[in-house]
Amino acid sequence: MSDPTTQNVKPLLEIKDLQVGFQTTGGIVPAVRGVDLTLMPGQTLAIVGESGSGKSTTAHAIINLLPGPGRITGGSITFDGKELIGLGSKQMESIRGREIGFVPQDPMSNLNPVWSIGFQVEETIRANGIASGRKNVRAHAIQVLKEAGLQDADKRLKQFPHQFSGGMRQRVLIGIGLSSRPKLLIADEPTSALDVTVQRRILDHLETLTRDIGTAVLFITHDLGLAAERAEQLVVMYKGKIVEAGPSKEILENPVHPYTQRLVAAAPSLASRRIQSATHATATHALSDLEYAPTKVTEGVDLIAAAEERVEKAPAVKRPDAIVVRDLTKVYKIRGQGKGSSGEVIASDKVNFSVEKGTTTALVGESGSGKSTVAKMILRLEDPTSGSILIDGTDVAPLKGKALLDLRRRMQPVFQDPYGSLDPLRNIGNTISEPLQVHKVGDRTARKERVFELLDQVSLPKSLITRYPNELSGGQRQRVAIARALALKPDVVVLDEAVSALDVLVQAQILKLLADLQAELELTYLFITHDLAVVRVIADNVCVMQQGKIVEAATTDQVFDSPQEQYTKELLNAIPGAGITLGV
Amino acid sequence: MAGYILRRLLQAIPVLLGTTFLIYFMVFAMPGDPLLALFGDKTPNPALLERLRQEYHLDQPFIVQYFLYLGGIFRGDFGTSFSGEAVSDILARTFPVTIRLAIMALIIEFVGGVLIGLVSGLRKGKLFDASALVVSLIFISLPIFVIAFVAQYIFGIQLGWARTTVSTGAPIQDLILPAFVLASISFAQLIRLTRASVIETQGLDFVRTAYGKGLSRRRIIPVHILRNSLIPVVTYAATDFGVLLVGATVTEGIFNVPGVGRTLYQAIIRGEGPTVVSFVTVMVLIYLAVNLVVDLLYGLLDPRIRYVK
Repeated sequence: MSDPTTQNVKPLLEIKDLQVGFQTTGGIVPAVRGVDLTLMPGQTLAIVGESGSGKSTTAHAIINLLPGPGRITGGSITFDGKELIGLGSKQMESIRGREIGFVPQDPMSNLNPVWSIGFQVEETIRANGIASGRKNVRAHAIQVLKEAGLQDADKRLKQFPHQFSGGMRQRVLIGIGLSSRPKLLIADEPTSALDVTVQRRILDHLETLTRDIGTAVLFITHDLGLAAERAEQLVVMYKGKIVEAGPSKEILENPVHPYTQRLVAAAPSLASRRIQSATHATATHALSDLEYAPTKVTEGVDLIAAAEERVEKAPAVKRPDAIVVRDLTKVYKIRGQGKGSSGEVIASDKVNFSVEKGTTTALVGESGSGKSTVAKMILRLEDPTSGSILIDGTDVAPLKGKALLDLRRRMQPVFQDPYGSLDPLRNIGNTISEPLQVHKVGDRTARKERVFELLDQVSLPKSLITRYPNELSGGQRQRVAIARALALKPDVVVLDEAVSALDVLVQAQILKLLADLQAELELTYLFITHDLAVVRVIADNVCVMQQGKIVEAATTDQVFDSPQEQYTKELLNAIPGAGITLGV
Repeated sequence: MAGYILRRLLQAIPVLLGTTFLIYFMVFAMPGDPLLALFGDKTPNPALLERLRQEYHLDQPFIVQYFLYLGGIFRGDFGTSFSGEAVSDILARTFPVTIRLAIMALIIEFVGGVLIGLVSGLRKGKLFDASALVVSLIFISLPIFVIAFVAQYIFGIQLGWARTTVSTGAPIQDLILPAFVLASISFAQLIRLTRASVIETQGLDFVRTAYGKGLSRRRIIPVHILRNSLIPVVTYAATDFGVLLVGATVTEGIFNVPGVGRTLYQAIIRGEGPTVVSFVTVMVLIYLAVNLVVDLLYGLLDPRIRYVK
């Protein structure tokens, strides 16, 4: 943007003192409180913040897509010289899709499941008057999808959303969003629901496309690393206000606001980069500019400090293996889509690894790599087709009945979705004490004592005991899930994407909590994730899985410093922030 | 697809055998001698009684009676009622009337229920929605015979718009009032089901995305909101067809409709095994057919299910 000719160009989007509130029975609750931002044509600007910061609300307010009770209560939004606030629904319809494209967050829920992909692309093209006539519209739809990276678009036009993978669906949505060559594209967390490698490919593609068309992008994300990598300008939002704005580099190098500092400290992508740069401090001083003094952090969690603490606490002596997995195989039989055909899917193919007592091993891979299947088999929620699982030296694969129940007591899971894994009709106290009841541990008062103790361990107030899951935030729910897992004093905890659904700040807190608990209780973790960035701060050893096989297994440092496999390198490159070259 | 339908039809065979056997057994187990009951207070001639017994195979053990009946069905002979009329004739006379009534009721409840439910859902919390909810609650809580009598009184006697009873041959104009009465209960349920479904669909992500794509509200309501909301509604309405067939008994009684309900009721009272079983068999067949249609319809409405089969 230093090009002098662009200095006189009028801004494409100018938001001034935007106020948005949500109508409730108790009056209007403000969600956006005086946001100002300016976006020049062709520029990319990212709004960063945690959930509830008002970043998505701001984006939705621009094209009047606020949910039911949402109201714009003040300010102005000028787009291409026109005031958007107060436009009639007809005028807004002609701007949406045509001049401002929209790419939503979750590709799984943003395509209508009952209409074919072709239908949904074609109706957009028709509604925005890009083409008319059956053949023209169809040809245009194919072109749009091909641009978005669906090479066999002509064949897949008649297929339905459920026949597409998440990444493919997001490509379709990007195609739809860009189909009428809009001047502005609003991308609301377009890849948060996707694997990191898919995220990278899709964002690379989006970048090329928008650059070629000359579309400005308003990019909404909670990941500061991702934002800094993808946008020239950053706006950091907190509780409905902008706390910091400016060029991405400057904000990353020198975050001024304490909230931004916390974000920088908590982002796993940045943390893993910084650890990386610390180990190569002399070699790549450019990257080490990213580092900043941890003393700056006044509150919140610094992931690096937490990770260092973990390493320092770890004893050097070799300990016995808590989990040993030998030739673990799982074959699923599937019914084919054609006439009576059936096939087999090898979800786990002769997987071997072991986890030392009191350490963390991360099982990393994309969705479909078989990592969750392995976790389920170890937890004995799925029966292995062949192979053995040794927990503290005993093979647990053939266990049944009472013996299996005893095994469950020593091995507990924490799952990804803290919304789905807690029973909405049970209060927190009952949820945490349920395992104690099932295994008949102690009497009523002893169990209640234990629940208080557990709440304390996961840093939740005792008053939560009578509350229900819907009254808790995502982070609090995940703490409850961890407390429940710890209730029986297990030796092994299987964490299946346990932090993937959380905002970066909450994610950092939970990672810190897990590390503290491990040191305190000598826990062994099996950590399942698709995100290598998180692995860097929590795991001692890493097993990289691809298509049911472990392709690389080594210590975390080895994997990050000298990855052997091409696939591991791809995963590493996919961590946001890889492309940031600061101080150049 | 053809294989799937064939499999479903084959599945119907054991279901049919089981139901006919059960019904036949229950009629057989009913207390009292059906032939004696025919003569009322009079003492019948023992020779005549014996002849009738042989004619209707009532002297045979239960299992023989059952298989004789079953064998008859395969020859197209559904047996004879005590009045001497072939059961197949009674079936042919009554079923079309009841099916006509049920189809009319189904159309009324579906069109009315979906329209009112859709508007209610789109205007959640507004006056129209509140009134629709209250009215539907009234219909749900009233027994059908109360609705029938009130309808007869208002539309038949006071306003004179319709006849209070159905004339022989059951012409369509006579069936309109009973059809509305029959539809009233499921109609109220359909309003609520559609309303809830529309409200849920309206809040889904893909609807917001549809607005984001630049589509107009006029297109989004039928294409993205109504279409998706119809999946549970259609399933309910289609299964309801079977219920309407059986549930017509009360309505048919009040409006004097010469349909299945009345005839079946009388046959049960008289203990006419072949008549009862034949009626139930045809009903089970219709039920199975409707269920198959529902499942096929479901696949048509929801592509996710279409491809699982």
